[in-house]
Amino acid sequence: MTGLPLRSRWRDSAISSISWKIISLLVTVAVTFLGLLFITFMISRLIPVDPVLAAVGDRASKSTYDKMYLEMGLDKPLWQQFLLYVQSILSGNLGNSFLSKRPVVEDLRRAFPATLELATVSIIIGTVLGIPLGILSAVKSGKLVDQVVRVVGLIGYSVPIFWLGLVGLLVFYARLGWVEGPGRIDISYEYSVSPSTGLLLLDSAMQGQWDAFRNVFSHIILPASLLGYYSLAYISRMTRSFMLTELGQEYITTARVKGVPEWRIIWVHALRNAAVPLVTVVALSYASLLEGSVLTETVFSWPGLGQYLTNSLQVADMNAVLGGTLLIGAIFVCLNLLSDLLYNLLDPRVRRRVALR
Amino acid sequence: MSDREWLLTEQPASRRQARLGQAYRRWLALRRNGLALVGLGIVVALILVAIFAPLLAPYDPIAGGDLRLDRLLPPSWAHPFGTDDLARDIFSRVIYGSRLTLMVVILVALIATPIGLLVGTTAGYLGGWVDVVLMRITDIFLAFPRLVLALAFVAALGPGIENAILAIAVTSWPPYARLARAETLTVRDSDFISAIRLQGASSARILWGHVTPLCLSSVIVRVTLDMAGIILTAAGLGFLGLGAQPPLPEWGAMIAGGRRFIIDQWWVSTMPGVAIFVVSLGFNLLGDGLRDVLDPKARK
Repeated sequence: MTGLPLRSRWRDSAISSISWKIISLLVTVAVTFLGLLFITFMISRLIPVDPVLAAVGDRASKSTYDKMYLEMGLDKPLWQQFLLYVQSILSGNLGNSFLSKRPVVEDLRRAFPATLELATVSIIIGTVLGIPLGILSAVKSGKLVDQVVRVVGLIGYSVPIFWLGLVGLLVFYARLGWVEGPGRIDISYEYSVSPSTGLLLLDSAMQGQWDAFRNVFSHIILPASLLGYYSLAYISRMTRSFMLTELGQEYITTARVKGVPEWRIIWVHALRNAAVPLVTVVALSYASLLEGSVLTETVFSWPGLGQYLTNSLQVADMNAVLGGTLLIGAIFVCLNLLSDLLYNLLDPRVRRRVALR
Repeated sequence: MSDREWLLTEQPASRRQARLGQAYRRWLALRRNGLALVGLGIVVALILVAIFAPLLAPYDPIAGGDLRLDRLLPPSWAHPFGTDDLARDIFSRVIYGSRLTLMVVILVALIATPIGLLVGTTAGYLGGWVDVVLMRITDIFLAFPRLVLALAFVAALGPGIENAILAIAVTSWPPYARLARAETLTVRDSDFISAIRLQGASSARILWGHVTPLCLSSVIVRVTLDMAGIILTAAGLGFLGLGAQPPLPEWGAMIAGGRRFIIDQWWVSTMPGVAIFVVSLGFNLLGDGLRDVLDPKARK
């Protein structure tokens, strides 16, 4: 239509489509964050607790109360209050915790490494076991092994994780004595490891404290296995369905006809293609571990985000509850975004388009 | 012609025959799946137990026995699941608890499904900026981990089973909205919708009278698949003390109640947990089977 050579016109449209994609992705994330803030804001308005009274205490005089009322901007219309709320959150102020008397941000910073460590060990267990199990049940589709893997997965979907935690503690800690009980580390080791990353496995290993490392490992293995089982159920199921799709493709038949050994077809040809959507699945189940951790941490007295959230809930410490909710929501959104980006990066069809720029 | 032949005929003579025939074929397909039948059996058993709870339970679920003699008894013939720290028979409490579980599942489905349908069909049918706004809101709700959002809602509304149900419903509608929107998009431009529109039907009438019924079946399957998750979330809220309040025999709250005795009196926490597990496994097995039957794409 225009005088431009065909190639460059095509290239222009490719560039614009990619930058358009990035822009729309960023807008989506920004809007989602705003939405998260709006939901937590509305929840904080829903509570039947007078926020001024909570801040000044019930023995404050009328003038102090009125001053605080104006200071908190409660006389302004709701949308202005929301803007003030967003402003204070963006400047890193989540308010003070009523329970710990510290800023919520600081509390969250303390609790986060514990949850991160637990979730990471869990996702490693879930992935390392889940992917081979999924492949196995795809290869032996319809056979006994497949049925067993399927039922094992369904049990993982159906069992209440907090109950499994209690039963696990009963069997492996109280009866068999194979693992350590609740908590992250025994009190006798607590001060021998100086916190640098907050991840105790990493800290104790870097400082060469192998006794402490063994203790920490023995504490984490049970909750991490239970959470890992939870993600194993999801990962193995998705692996199975991706592998079944790939194994039915024509390039697999071609490879078979060419005489490629079966293990190579499965582990190299098919798995490489199934790996792209699997990355998304692993990222998503990493995010859902945050959710599972709320209940698991309560059972195991694990001093992470989940326990912080539930402890704050018990005493209606709303700043802490909303802060924790917001942090977990934000991590969730980030992991979703990350899985989206990874998917685009790893898929050769998308990558080629980027490379052609 | 036998009933079976009438149902399986290739040339149904009426709409009713065709519909019944299809239902019968689906039932045959479901019957071939042993695991799905087990699931169906569990769900039917749950419903029956909930209905006939007063006949099945040997003791009162709330009033306990003699506190001096009947506390924390191990399972026996008199008390199949043992007794708890208030000398209440755990077996009877588990039986009555099925009513609460069933109530949660039904109410959540009754609240969340219409919201999802309304949002999804409206977004899909009207399109344009309405679609963008509604789907953005849906995505925001999807971006939150469900349990955590429900926790925050219950924290704001106050603990209790009604609020727990509301909180779970508020967090469960987004997937239904997405599904309803996708279904609406497939029928929106079909000829029969255009015909109704040309007859002068309003958007609201088309949406409720003609689009929604078509989306209903796939949304219902999805809700069935979600029921295990709903049960687990409700139990989790109960466990944290935010769902049903004592002395209601809610399974999650019962587990929390027995937590202190887990080492020595294991049955107090274990028995209600088994009940939750069996029921959600039942819903999962049934949902899996239903999906295989109703969604031929997934079967391959």
